[in-house]
Amino acid sequence: MKLTQEQNDMLNGVHGEAVAYSMRIQVGMGRIFGAKRMVPITRAHVALSAQDADVWFVEKMLGMGGKCKIAPTVNPSIDLSYLNQHLAQIPEAGLDIVSRTNEAYKKIGAVLSFNCTPYLQQNVPAFGEVVGFSESSATPYVNSVLGARTNRESSQSALCAAITGLVPEYGLLLDENRRAEILVEVKAKIKDDFDYQLLGWCYPLVHNGPEVPAFLGIDERATPEGFMNFGAQLNTSGAVGLYHVVGITPEAPDERIVFGGKPPKRKVTIGDEELDMVRRKICGGPGKVDFAMFGCPHLTIRQVADIARICEGKKFAVDVWVLTSSLTKELAQRMGLQEIINRSGGHVIADTCIDVPPCWRPYYGGVGVTDSPKCAYYNEIRKIDFKIRPLGVAIESAIAGEVRL
Amino acid sequence: MSATFKCSAIAGGSASGPALVSDEPICFYLVEPDTGIVIEEGHVLKGKTLAGTVLVAHAGKGSSVVQMDGLYKIAARHKGPVAVILRNPDPVFVSALLVMEISSVYDVDEKFYDFIAGRDGIHISVDASGGLITVEE
Repeated sequence: MKLTQEQNDMLNGVHGEAVAYSMRIQVGMGRIFGAKRMVPITRAHVALSAQDADVWFVEKMLGMGGKCKIAPTVNPSIDLSYLNQHLAQIPEAGLDIVSRTNEAYKKIGAVLSFNCTPYLQQNVPAFGEVVGFSESSATPYVNSVLGARTNRESSQSALCAAITGLVPEYGLLLDENRRAEILVEVKAKIKDDFDYQLLGWCYPLVHNGPEVPAFLGIDERATPEGFMNFGAQLNTSGAVGLYHVVGITPEAPDERIVFGGKPPKRKVTIGDEELDMVRRKICGGPGKVDFAMFGCPHLTIRQVADIARICEGKKFAVDVWVLTSSLTKELAQRMGLQEIINRSGGHVIADTCIDVPPCWRPYYGGVGVTDSPKCAYYNEIRKIDFKIRPLGVAIESAIAGEVRL
Repeated sequence: MSATFKCSAIAGGSASGPALVSDEPICFYLVEPDTGIVIEEGHVLKGKTLAGTVLVAHAGKGSSVVQMDGLYKIAARHKGPVAVILRNPDPVFVSALLVMEISSVYDVDEKFYDFIAGRDGIHISVDASGGLITVEE
């Protein structure tokens, strides 16, 4: 890789130890993925997680004098005071790791947005903009739906990018790697946001490889929530940093252009049968539930409104957690939606992730209902058995205390 | 008898141990940190431990957080692989290996993967810095 004089200085420690360490990691990645140079970014998003590796890395960076050149937005942490008040006393170890993480990101110069859907609010790149984004639903959204350019950064490599203000130019930053190679003919009926969860989970099971897929046969534009779900599941069941939907997403006006005039390397079909297979494999059967959890990724105001419409005037039989951004929570308050959900016995909580281990301990070993396969998958490790249903059905289930169908 | 295969370094260093071959993408998060045992339902490695192995991984999967967190947890307890041979590098997996400084290689002679198929436990030495894999028969 060819570095400028200034970049060489950065690598050699002229701009401090944290910059040099970040450059070493980024240049290493550039070497492995064949980058010829480093290019500037204008935005970054770091998938903060308040887990062991996260706090270790950000504190290590701070210890080396790290400071972000490009202030990144960050993923959710935990609203400790809300959970302490409404769920259970957070164990000491949990308090410690969360407050250390939050403090470290504050000191390093991050925007403490604590939200995993920055591409919908607060950090929305434009078409063609080069950015450094981590977070599994964010990377595909900014690449595929917005047409911005980022590789599928890890939280660590995204923090390196925020510190140096640069990324190695390879992969999805280059035109030739953004063209589709796999043609996915969608014969299944994709009618709502939940079908995108299943389709997203399904694709990596049908084709397991690093190529960019183009989905053909989807006539109607997905909602922002549909795209959000789609990307999140594509990157939980597999690793898909960019996809195209022919006739809908910005780099796929038609089949010829999206494949760069070449024939697809492989054609696969996803029909109702394949989606049913996913449903059978991951969604779980009917039965009683102990709690309900939504917001993986964080729910939008439209989804919060959907929940409020269904639960208005009814009581939840089990604990219900609606996880969202602080901005959406503020909107929900203004619009009276939070009051409706609270009156039904549900919680609207900001800044918090389904996957920050210590805080959801009361539910370990229990049975939950969610609309998100990603939420279910990452909680397997805590022996929480999630039934997965469309948001509306899951809310009805939380009112009934059981998933009936 | 031993066979050697050329490769390129991800993170440098060298290590050796019994091979553990996964022809499915792996997510380090669904591994028990205290034992290194894979707990993912339906995974080809379910019930097997990564501890002390040379992991021959087809690819990585999972969110931009969990690969690194999973790898950090098992590495901190010495229950992780001593070296990784990665067939399809992706940025998340590669950055985790670089950050954790685990001896690792990619760009391996394709013949290696046929050679190693179905031979879990066979002794492998990985010299990442020297760009060479040695399999003892």
